[in-house]
Amino acid sequence: MKPLALIEKAVKGPIWGCQMCGQCVLHSTGMTCPMNCPKTLRNGPCGGVRANGNCEVKPEMRCVWLKGFERAEGMPALPKHWREEYNDMRPPVDNRLKNTSSWANFLSKRDRQTPAGWKPGDDG
Amino acid sequence: MSELERKLAGSGLVVTGELPIVDGGGLDAVRAKLEQYAPWVDAVNATDNTAAHAHASNLAVAIALKMLGVEPIMQVVCRDKNRLAIQADIVGAALHGIENISCLTGDDVTAGDEREARRVFDLDGPQVIVTAAALARGEYLSGRKLEPAPHLFIGAVENPGAPPLAYRAQRALKKARAGARFLQLQICYQPEQLEAFCAEGARIGLFQHTALLPSICLVAGARPLEFMDADVPGISVPAATIERVKNAADPREEAFELAVEQARHALAQPGVRGLHLISFRKDDAVGRLCERLGIPTTKERDASGHGSAVTV
Repeated sequence: MKPLALIEKAVKGPIWGCQMCGQCVLHSTGMTCPMNCPKTLRNGPCGGVRANGNCEVKPEMRCVWLKGFERAEGMPALPKHWREEYNDMRPPVDNRLKNTSSWANFLSKRDRQTPAGWKPGDDG
Repeated sequence: MSELERKLAGSGLVVTGELPIVDGGGLDAVRAKLEQYAPWVDAVNATDNTAAHAHASNLAVAIALKMLGVEPIMQVVCRDKNRLAIQADIVGAALHGIENISCLTGDDVTAGDEREARRVFDLDGPQVIVTAAALARGEYLSGRKLEPAPHLFIGAVENPGAPPLAYRAQRALKKARAGARFLQLQICYQPEQLEAFCAEGARIGLFQHTALLPSICLVAGARPLEFMDADVPGISVPAATIERVKNAADPREEAFELAVEQARHALAQPGVRGLHLISFRKDDAVGRLCERLGIPTTKERDASGHGSAVTV
């Protein structure tokens, strides 16, 4: 891992359980890292959330996406447009960016590069 | 255009069924499992390693259904295959004339009997919808041209009964906007949750994009309800419902009556265009349910031009 990635990991790891996917979407998911979802869903929550709000895979853990939903709804500190992004269609993870710094990828716009066939436009 | 697509474009009631798992036995085995559904359904789901257990594959079963003259809906889940394999399955299905695709995230490996397996989830359910829409447009996810473009009729699944309940209709709309034209809703044992989901769907314009087919499970007593409550991810069955079936003079019949009530209730909700029937029984429950609901056989519905909405 490069120095910047190491710093990012040191900062975001303890707070958000950052998994260093290199394409951070934390701000749009209620400041809850979706890579902590055991299914690593970028467009959760799945249909397996338990009635008590806990995860299908880890019964002792609150669903990451449910937590994000509640925070996106109720965290006044979050800018409104971040909160509204909760329902956005997020593209598949680019696995090449694993362990790279999402800060650097944000600045270079590398984190917003998607496959040419990815056109999630309003099909309705 | 698939028959399912044509029928959902009309105004009549549509019934889909879920084929029980297939492990072998050739076309005869598939035919036997189809028997209780065949006279009543417009299309049948070929499941994809349901409940995270390995079985004959979604694509193989979908082809078998086609060979038996039944319209298949091929389920695609994200647990076992990456984006290359998922695209290959959909394009391969289209090669065999299988156009109906139901995209879902799928249960985790921990719900199955091979918990040590690597989970994939390279894509998630909504991303598979976008990917299928790309294929139907004539390109792979990479942007590489796909010629000729397969005709696909894309659907998905949503669970109206899983938290956060207030978000589920929005999530359904997200899928509809991505290209899902029908949603086979997961079985919901709390009618008020389905009601709230459908009301919210109507409010946000969900039904301009997509048709709802709520699932109705046909079980043979209280035990399967207890099992679903305890072991099926995202499904909870109220204790009172389980007690009602358990304490009835004839639990088997009471479980059937419960399904009749659920189906009637579901059909009365806005956006609901039909039912998705999942039978765990080996009797004629599917047929009896349809008769009780006043749903004619598929042949009769076809003959009447699908025009007759069912009164329940």
